[in-house]
Amino acid sequence: MGKVSHMDESKVVIQMKDIVKKFGDFTANDHINLTVHKGEVHAILGENGAGKSTMMNVLCGLYKPTSGEILINGKEVQFSSPKDAIDIGIGMVHQHFMLIQPFTVADNIILGVEPVKGLVIDHRAAREKVQELSERYGMKVDPDAKVEDISVGMQQRVEILKVLYRGADTLILDEPTASLTPQEIEGLMEIIENLTADGKSVILITHKLKEITACADCCTIIRQGKYIQTVKVDEVNENDLAAMMVGRDVNFKVEKKEMEPGERVLEVKGIHAKDYREVEILKGLNLTVRQGEIVGLAGVDGNGQTELVEVLTGLRKAEAGEVRVLGKDVFNKSPRETFASGISSIPADRQKHGLILEFSNEDNLILQHFEEEPYSQKGFLNRKAIRAHATELMEKFDVRPRGSEGAPAGTLSGGNQQKVIIAREVSNDKELLIAVNPTRGLDVGAIEFVHKYLVEQRNKNRAVLLVSFELDEIMSLSDRIEVIFDGQITGSVAGKDADEKELGFMMAGGRQHE
Amino acid sequence: MNKKKSILESNVFYTLIAILAGFVIGAVFLMIAGISPAVAYGKLVNSIFGKPKYLVWTLIYASPLIFTGLSVAFSFRTGVFNIGAEGQFVVGTLAACVLGILVDLPVWLHVPLCVLAAAAAGAVWSLVVGILKVKRGIHEVLSFIMFNWIAFYLSNYVVNLKIIHKEGGGEATKDVLDSARLLFPEGIRKMLGCNAANWGFILAVLAAVLIYVVIEKTTLGYKLKAVGFNSNGALYAGINADGSVLTALGISGALAGLGGAVQLLGMSGRVSQFAGQEGFGFEGITVALIGSSSPIGCIFSGIFYGAMKYGGSKLSMVKAPSEVVDIIMGCVILFIAISQVFRILFSRFGKKEGK
Repeated sequence: MGKVSHMDESKVVIQMKDIVKKFGDFTANDHINLTVHKGEVHAILGENGAGKSTMMNVLCGLYKPTSGEILINGKEVQFSSPKDAIDIGIGMVHQHFMLIQPFTVADNIILGVEPVKGLVIDHRAAREKVQELSERYGMKVDPDAKVEDISVGMQQRVEILKVLYRGADTLILDEPTASLTPQEIEGLMEIIENLTADGKSVILITHKLKEITACADCCTIIRQGKYIQTVKVDEVNENDLAAMMVGRDVNFKVEKKEMEPGERVLEVKGIHAKDYREVEILKGLNLTVRQGEIVGLAGVDGNGQTELVEVLTGLRKAEAGEVRVLGKDVFNKSPRETFASGISSIPADRQKHGLILEFSNEDNLILQHFEEEPYSQKGFLNRKAIRAHATELMEKFDVRPRGSEGAPAGTLSGGNQQKVIIAREVSNDKELLIAVNPTRGLDVGAIEFVHKYLVEQRNKNRAVLLVSFELDEIMSLSDRIEVIFDGQITGSVAGKDADEKELGFMMAGGRQHE
Repeated sequence: MNKKKSILESNVFYTLIAILAGFVIGAVFLMIAGISPAVAYGKLVNSIFGKPKYLVWTLIYASPLIFTGLSVAFSFRTGVFNIGAEGQFVVGTLAACVLGILVDLPVWLHVPLCVLAAAAAGAVWSLVVGILKVKRGIHEVLSFIMFNWIAFYLSNYVVNLKIIHKEGGGEATKDVLDSARLLFPEGIRKMLGCNAANWGFILAVLAAVLIYVVIEKTTLGYKLKAVGFNSNGALYAGINADGSVLTALGISGALAGLGGAVQLLGMSGRVSQFAGQEGFGFEGITVALIGSSSPIGCIFSGIFYGAMKYGGSKLSMVKAPSEVVDIIMGCVILFIAISQVFRILFSRFGKKEGK
């Protein structure tokens, strides 16, 4: 993919000078600087909790800076709400979607700026505009689908369209590719290219060094709330960037010892299931996962991965088929029963399924065990045991900030929320661990860490089913890769023989070469 | 510094400010009506604190409100909105009344029977709505409002049944038997100088403590809150969401029903034909909001509302309309709802000072 720069260095559109943002005694941003030019793709790089999101929330009007100034086109501005920012042309696509679940895609996009006919919303005009936008940028969405029914990938596209619909000149994309497939990421890169060619600027918050080198002009690195430096991407390589971000050298390679897979833990035979639209999405899928192996399920979003995991965890009833865990029938059982039979899982949507955000971290860590000793006795919670359990796990899994056992899970950064879930599910230590996009939105340091735990489960002779849209992740972790396409497994390769091109070919529906 | 911060962040602080603001606005309306706020508020304060027996009356007025407040607060904490406490209160009253009139038992059996029947009636009334929600997906707010009216007309129907209705006309039922009353022993009542002094307040405080323990300390509370906050997450973790919703609604309904029993067996002794909804359930929403949906908070906000209701009833003596109390309470709720504004103002003020 050739990079074409449209940066016009003579025109500065955004300048953030010495921005400080404090929350109580905690300084999230400590004298941050940022300069963005017209037509530039500017990446912001930093670990989870480094203060990237805070910085962008200041820029898009959600937070007021404690001190420092923001200049747009050379003029100082003060935003009192995101509306002020969007009016001046700064739009943000958040990492955690800000969509209204029961509304349709089109309604979400037009929300607040609805086209009207007299006193009523002109739904037809809205639909047409949405469709036109989505076609222009090659982002497939179903304008009439309800947001609660669509995949994470499509929700992301809706968010991007929402900002485009409002006519933003500068787009802030917070982890935009976290949930996209490799093909979709390429599509997004094209969109970014189109936007910058059109004179718009893009601020890209990402942990993916590959994307930075592929499409960004400049990159600003922040660490622990402090501005480190801004570099021209052409002058550095990925390892330099990673080292600047974490302040030490990072090991990208996953260390795995050789193992012989053991007994069959999960056996799935001939599963048929329907999706939310009542359309058959799993069409006789077969899958086996054995002890001591990580099976990677590779596929483009929307080919039945989500539904398969829902069937396995008891959230969705299948039409037909067979599911066994160590020979025990768990077909169409409740979540509680599947869990008891030995399936634990790291869900795709950590805020919807993984956590009760209003609950404290310690309460989230006992979500499946609150009725067991020592966390409760005779119906009464044992706070001491719950706290001790949390302190131990949060230490072991490096959940930051320390001492936040009693704080609501919703106050943690996305990466640390994920760590809470991983701490809980890995320590459940069930026969089978299903991990769905377990590193979505995490920085390289945290990814290294999550991968280490998945491999550790495998080394303990547990079975791991890894469902991920990140082909790199699948390839580096899996002992065996199964390709899912159109509700069936269409190919299977050993992890060490995997070839990215061949996998991509199979994921797009091509048949495996025998 | 830390201590100051905790005050500025505490709900109690903002609630007190909201109450103060409510009184200020009430004063404006009094002045518009040509009544001196000093005189009216003086009367209000005097009729609450003037004599010990006034305080007893305040607690009598507060008791049913604490129960309905608890009912609503419990529903808020468990993610449902019990706007049907009104109806549950009415059916609770009705159940206690019918059994209090028709059944003749010794005190130690009669009182528990009536009280438990009221709780059961409230729970059932709420559970029907819960079942409609769980099985048919009907939003509880809608059915609760309808069930309030069903209870209203059901009560008026039962009041006029010959076997229940007061002999020789009138628009009320017979009095419940003495064996069913929750009154204090006569000696204590004489000492307090209040003939209606009853066990209601003590029961209300016990209920509040019990609900506090259930919500904060038990696995049941944990489960109900998990479902209330995020039913998807709870389901994923293997918690039976439907069962939890029903449990929460059942408990909430039982509390409102108990409020009805306390009002009937403690104070009124009979049920009158309604001309309009009495409002104990709706006032419970106010109590829950002022009490920040905390069971212990509901004790204090219930006493506050009870005092205002009792004191307000005497405002006519100084030719001030008792509706002033409603204006004040309405404003208090409004200010609590916008307390976020105060929070921002104060935190800014605090910061400037800090510099």
